Amino acid sequence: MRVSSAERTMNYVVLGVFALFALIPVITILATAVSPQIGQAPGLHLANFLEAWKVGGFGRSLGNSLIIAAIVVTSAVTLSVLAGYAFGTMRFPGSTVLFYVFLLGLMIPTEATVIPLFFDLRTVGLTDTYAAIALPQIAQSVAFGTFWLRAQFRSMPESMLEAAAIDGAGPMRTLLRIVAPASVPALTTLVVLVFMWTWNEFLIALVMAPGGSLRTAPLGLANFQGQYTAETALLSAGAVIVALPMVIMFLFLQRHFIRGMLEGAVK
Amino acid sequence: MASEQAGGARPGSTGGTPLGSTGGTPLGSTGGARSGSTGGARSGSTRGAPPATGELPPATGPVPDGPLVRRGGISARWRHQRPAQDTRRRRRPAGSSAVTRRRPSAVARHRPSAVVRSHATPYLFILPAFVVYAAFSLYPLVRAAQFSLFEWPGFGPSTFVGLQNYVDLASDAAFLAAIGNALVLIVFYAVLPLVIGLVLAAIFRRGQVRGMGFFRSVIFLPQVIALVVVAVAWRNIYAPGGPLNEALRAVGLDGLARGWLGDPGAALPAVGFIGTWLEMGLVMLLLLAGMSRIPDDLFEAARLDGAGPVREFFAITLPSVRGEIVVALVLTIIAALKTFDLVYLTTSGGPGNATTVPSYEVYFRAFQLREVGSASAVAIVLTLLVFAINVGVTRIGERAS
Repeated sequence: MRVSSAERTMNYVVLGVFALFALIPVITILATAVSPQIGQAPGLHLANFLEAWKVGGFGRSLGNSLIIAAIVVTSAVTLSVLAGYAFGTMRFPGSTVLFYVFLLGLMIPTEATVIPLFFDLRTVGLTDTYAAIALPQIAQSVAFGTFWLRAQFRSMPESMLEAAAIDGAGPMRTLLRIVAPASVPALTTLVVLVFMWTWNEFLIALVMAPGGSLRTAPLGLANFQGQYTAETALLSAGAVIVALPMVIMFLFLQRHFIRGMLEGAVK
Repeated sequence: MASEQAGGARPGSTGGTPLGSTGGTPLGSTGGARSGSTGGARSGSTRGAPPATGELPPATGPVPDGPLVRRGGISARWRHQRPAQDTRRRRRPAGSSAVTRRRPSAVARHRPSAVVRSHATPYLFILPAFVVYAAFSLYPLVRAAQFSLFEWPGFGPSTFVGLQNYVDLASDAAFLAAIGNALVLIVFYAVLPLVIGLVLAAIFRRGQVRGMGFFRSVIFLPQVIALVVVAVAWRNIYAPGGPLNEALRAVGLDGLARGWLGDPGAALPAVGFIGTWLEMGLVMLLLLAGMSRIPDDLFEAARLDGAGPVREFFAITLPSVRGEIVVALVLTIIAALKTFDLVYLTTSGGPGNATTVPSYEVYFRAFQLREVGSASAVAIVLTLLVFAINVGVTRIGERAS
């Protein structure tokens, strides 16, 4: 479609303004991260990252985050695949009602469940464990994952299942050999989403691990902020460290992720 | 949603890889090739490409919304799956005539699927997911409702007080402030991003924009960044000696300079502005996905009739994305209600109650004031609000179409 050159110029101005608006905080934090600490000489201080890493204990908190993300992503995706497979390809009494129960999970705010979760898990001595941080997140992700994969699996032609049946495949074999391999984009999207939600989760990690030994990366940063409010250079370096893994993941999986999202959503 | 968390959640990208390049075909997504910095991501683009690459997004169908949100805050997206639900209804055994048509084999009709013989199988597949979901999401919600009927400091004995916690909320200054603040935040989290998103998406849809992938990615970038990091960045910007005040002083507006997050009048808009920054990319992408489904012919026809960009926007673009607008509003309004991380990390609800929100009240009451019953009552009210907004906005959207 042709547009006039005046309009085109206007378009670029508008886009440029908003792109700048989006970028300014990012640029600010990157610039601050390499700026001199109080009393240091001006210049580029890449050593801030090293110091922030050590002082903030980010090795440990990133490790915790990684373990929790691995647990949540693996469990949530596995459970969602199984449930989504049943809802997407099988007919059985009660399927509609059960599915609506899962849909309800998309609307339950974390704020509402985190109080009883904390006190009930404390009663059974489970707070300050990986399970306490991971299980509530698995539950939320399973609600979404089931919904997401049901749509994906429903779109598969029934002839595929019938062919598998003729070959004598059972439900599990069909899922692993045919249905799952044909759903890689949707699965990738789900993995990225769940990873991102888990990596960035704050409230659950804050409440469920009051002892501090299982601090995740976002909590480590919040804690760091409490201690080093004045030292903005170190704090910003820590913030960059925490944000980086998610950003890197997107750089590598973005195309698959977006494609899966658009395809999955129109089913 | 959820999140996001709904709310929000927050996917996106950095570095300028063309963001929704699948849906972008009609939008001149080739411009994204300029993003040289992300060679690794781009090189895989053709190799692993599923068949649909490069196709136009289908002209119909529900909205690509939910995934862009934070877990737990995702919401009305399923309502837009109505077409899919209809199909399912047809596939259920109850709708026997349709089922017969689909599955001629009389034997197959009584089985859950071609490869499943036992009637127990579907339930066995669902069971593990259901157990975890029920135990760690449904059951806690019920428990929260139960907690809200008691007075309990978090340890020791509790006292049953019936609905007293809810009655008290009606005259609770902090709670009322939280609700009022949430309403103000809706302007920043939902209304402003909607306006910005509409303008940006319309620009992308209408003109061939070079570097579109770059712009899309950059504007969407805030969604990927953990809110803790966002809070650190903006605290820095808003600081008394921070870049914002320096800029104001540089242009002679010294009178406006202040500690933005500590100023009773400025703190709430300052937090809200972060929300605008955060949500505009999400809204833009949702609307863009919707707009890319509008057939080019419609625009061509409008142009032949002599419609300018503004006329075209109101006559064609806007009516075509009603569904996406509804979804975007639901997601962003819920994000405004549950903006816990940001408030906790920037202002802790202060100064006074100037920036508290319902989700912050839940945390603060339960874990700082040790009023678990009252906190649970706020949590239940918040849940009901989220449900009501879901239903309400979706209804309005349906009526409008």
